This record gives sequence, C-alpha cells and structure tokens, in this order.
Amino acid sequence: MNGLIVTAAAPSDRVPGRGLWALAWRRFRRHRMALGGIGVLAVIAGSAVTAPLITSSDPTTLDPDHSLAPPSREHLLGTDDLGRDELARVVYGGRISLLVGLTAMLLGSAIGVVMGSAAGYMGGWIDTAIMRFVDLMLSFPAIFLLLILINWTGGRAPVVMMIAYLGLFGWTGLARIVRAEYLALRAREFVEEARAMGAGVRRIIFRHILPNAMAPILVQAAFAVAGAILAEAALDFLGFGLPPDIPTWGNLLTQAEDYITTNPILAVAPGIVITLTVVAVFFIGDALRDALDVRAR
Amino acid sequence: MSSYVAKRAVQACALLLFVSLVGYAIMSLAPGGPLAVYLHNPQVTPEKIDLLRHQLGLDRPWYLRYAAWLGGLVRGHWGYSYYTGRPVLEMIAERLPATFTLMLSAFILALVLSFPLGVLAATHKYSWGDNLLSLGAFFVWAMPTFWFGLMLQMTLAVRWHLLPVAGIHDLDNNSARDLLRHLAMPALVLGIGSIASWSRYLRSGMLEVLSQDYVRTAYAKGLPARRVVRRHVLRNSLLPIVTIMGLDLHVLFSGAVITESIFGWPGMGRLFLAALNNRDYPLQMAGLMVSAALLIVGNLLADLAYAVLDPRIRYR
Repeated sequence: MNGLIVTAAAPSDRVPGRGLWALAWRRFRRHRMALGGIGVLAVIAGSAVTAPLITSSDPTTLDPDHSLAPPSREHLLGTDDLGRDELARVVYGGRISLLVGLTAMLLGSAIGVVMGSAAGYMGGWIDTAIMRFVDLMLSFPAIFLLLILINWTGGRAPVVMMIAYLGLFGWTGLARIVRAEYLALRAREFVEEARAMGAGVRRIIFRHILPNAMAPILVQAAFAVAGAILAEAALDFLGFGLPPDIPTWGNLLTQAEDYITTNPILAVAPGIVITLTVVAVFFIGDALRDALDVRAR
Repeated sequence: MSSYVAKRAVQACALLLFVSLVGYAIMSLAPGGPLAVYLHNPQVTPEKIDLLRHQLGLDRPWYLRYAAWLGGLVRGHWGYSYYTGRPVLEMIAERLPATFTLMLSAFILALVLSFPLGVLAATHKYSWGDNLLSLGAFFVWAMPTFWFGLMLQMTLAVRWHLLPVAGIHDLDNNSARDLLRHLAMPALVLGIGSIASWSRYLRSGMLEVLSQDYVRTAYAKGLPARRVVRRHVLRNSLLPIVTIMGLDLHVLFSGAVITESIFGWPGMGRLFLAALNNRDYPLQMAGLMVSAALLIVGNLLADLAYAVLDPRIRYR
C-alpha cells in the first residue's frame, strides 16, 4: 500500500528482548500476596488432585460407630455425623468445588469472548443486539431466576448442570470488557494488514485480535473462578446446589450447621479452605491486573 | 427531569413485563410441577390429581396461565398460594416488613461504618491501617456469607451468649431492645459485603479527588485538613459510591435469602425458598417480581441521585 516491500524478518534477526509475559511476570513477582496466593492455591489444588496420597480415608465410607468423633491421629479433622472422615471430605470436596469453579469460568469466558468479540468486531446490528441482550441479562434478578431455573433439574443440580447454570449466568461482564477491547483493537494497523492479506473474519477475531485482548480476559477469568466457587457453595447452602451426597465444600459447611456446638471443626475447616482459596485467587487476579496493566474498570 | 423519570418508568414497566414472562416460562416449563409430590402417594387417586390440576388451572397451557396471572397482577390481585391457599399479596405483606427491617439495618450499618473507614483509608494511604482494611475487604469478599454467619452464631451466641442465635424476637418480648439484639448478627452478615465495597469505592474515589488542583488550592489557602476533606474531597467523591448503593439495594435483597436462612429470620427470602421447594408458582412469581422491582428502582434511584448530587448532570 505504501510502496514498500515488506520482508519477513528471519528469526535470527529478532532482538533478544523480554516478551510481554516475561515483563508481566517481573511485575507480578513484586506482589508478595499474589505469590503467597499461588502457594496457597498450589497446596489446596495439589492436595485435591493427589487426594489419595493425602489421606487413606474415603470421603463417602460410612462409619456410624465413630460418628462425630473429635480430631484424632486417625481422623485429623474428626468425623462427620455419619462417621465419614472430615479431612478426606475436605480434600476430595476440593476436587468438585475447584472443578466446578474452573469449568464454569471456562464456559462463561468462552461465551463472553465469543459474544464480546462478535459485538466489538462486527459492530452494527450484531453489536446492538448482543449488547442489548447483555443489558437485559444484567437487569434480571439473577439469583432469583437462577433458583427458579434450578428447578429444571428437580431443585438440585448434577455437576454438569451446575457448571452450565453458573456459566450461563456468568459471561455478561466479560462480554462487555471484550467488546471494548475489540472496538479499540479493530481499528489498529495490524488488523487492517491482516484483512488486506485476506484473513477471514474468524481468523482475525481469534488469531489476530484475541491474543492482544488476553490481559483483561485473564484478569476477569481469575475473578470469575472465585465467583463461581462462592456461588456454588451458596447454592449448596440454600439446598439448590449439588446433591448432598456429593462432598463439596458448600455441602460440608451446610451439613456442619447442626453440629456447631458439639463439633465446630466441621464448620470451621471447610469455611477456612473456601476463604483461603478465594482470597488466593483474588490476590492473583489483582496482581495480574497490575502486571498486565489492565486499566481499572 | 420529569419527562426523564416518565421515560424511565415506561422502560421499567417494559422490563418488569419481560422479566415476568421469562420467569414464568422457565418456572412453568420445568419438569415436575406443583402436583409431582402427589404422584407417588397411593392415597391420592389420579382422578383427584386431575381435579386439583383443573382447580389450579394447571391443565391450561402456560401462556394462557401467564396472561391470566398478568391480568390479575395489574389489577392488584397476585393470586393464591398453591400450598397454603392464602392470597399471595397477604403472605408477602406479612413477610416484607421483616426483610425490609433487615435490609435497612444492614444498609445503615454499612453507611455508618464504611464512610469513616473509607475516609481514613484514603487520608492515610498505604498506612498499616489502610493496608489492613484492604486485606480485610479481600477476606470479606472471599468468605462465604453463610459461613461468616455460622461463625458469628458459634462464637457470639453459642459460646459467649452475647446475642440470640436466631429468630426475630424472644417469646412474649416485643421490645425494641430485643429486636435490636436479634438484628445485630443478621444485619452484620448482610451488610458486611457492602461495608467492604463501599469503603473501598470511597477510598479510591477520594484518592482521585485528592490529587485535583482545587484540593491543592484549598490546602494552599490555609483551610484546615478536616474542612478540606469534608467540604472539598468527600462531597466530590460521593458520585460513584451512590451508584453502588443503588445497585446494592438488590444485592441486599438477594443476600437476605441467605441471611434469613441462617438466622431463621421470617422474611421474604425464606418464603421464596419455600415457594421454590413447594413449586408454589404464584408465590415464586411474587418473589421474582419484588426482586426485579427492587433492582429497577435501585438503578433508577442511583441515576436520579447523580442529578441531585452533581448539578452539571441534566437528564432529558
């Protein structure tokens, strides 16, 4: 276009410099709380993944003769009302709670990215339609609607449905952010260049613009994981979460409610684990925001 | 201004209509339905179930029921509870005062605590107190609300007997003091999130204003710091926080569902949960509509407060 012949630079010509991620990591490292958060999360997620190595007890084996036992060498956190080992339930519960939190975030992010990028890149009536829809979703009393929706699965949700419910209700914020990024990025030269070279819409959206819009998406994703974990636990407590026989952190807390006078550890332990997990994710998200230089919304 | 309010009111009605339609459809199309509990009861014959279905109007398609329900709603008749047979309006009228009392207490508590905390955090930026408050806010947001409630019950009520564990008042005791004692924990649990977020918003809002030229001028002309903070900084930082307060109206109502469950508070939230479990359609819709209305009113109030607080903003 400008009369110059552009030759692709050979890899050897590249100046050895720090990439975006190396720079971001350098800034991220400054946040001690976030590093601590990674540590905490590694311990909690690690013990959930390697649960059989952490405890030899099974989280669902009933032992009515030893119900509500106080903490002991055999049962480090005691046992619950049905004699199930509480430590095993916390550790195995982490598998479900973290899985639901992560996958609900992934689903919500996928929807949010697709909707937001379509709106931001395409503009016009597609943009109007999608953003009106987002506005509408945001002016819905989400929790009340979600509770009504959960009656579709009989008042309790199997794991897959829980993920779907949380994902479907958790993409609107991200869609707005992604749209704003795409609006700014679609006017940049590299997009024009890609278009001039004949790249299709889908390729431009996902291969050219998306990597450049990754920073705010990552930050938002971190907070979405935290939100999904908390939401799932709250639904468990209200009796609209996962079935009570599945050990999740929320179900553990709910089942401990009746024993706060006699066995407080049953309520204290899962609560601390949830709080630590979510705080860790918050710190990481906050540091990411700073490291990736995402403007405050 | 009045034409703006009128326009927003029309929008609000359209939105309410839409929420009710979507809510009604989702509710009615869910498998099971209000009569599912009787299906496996040998005492209840299929003929009786059919009769009940007819009496409740459940043999008609959902959109016809929706139209009938909507027609009643506009005429001030919200239908009868499937479960108790009582008028829905009467049932929620009994429960709303308890919920509003709880919400108002939480709101006042948040207001009274978040302002001093936010101002102190902003005027002592990066002091240990400010850092402690940031840390505290993160933990408040990270705690499951109901766990916080359980921990309060465990310590303040069960262990130290300072406050009653649950309920709205003791038997035969209707004094204000008794109500306040019962309110303390639920109001704190419901309001703690707002305390954290309002004080954080106030802090960041004030920090922005504190770097403005007119604040430097105010200091330069020798005004005492107290006066600068109160008259020049605080006033100009109110705008963003007022929006949050408006939005929190609905957050508090949603939060009341959980708080009421923890503390056995006889309000709308528990009524709504019971309605969900019983598939009590008219009562479910009432809960949905009240929450939608609060959401819309909160948004509207926030926008109007903008115009009141900032004379530069004019709505048309």
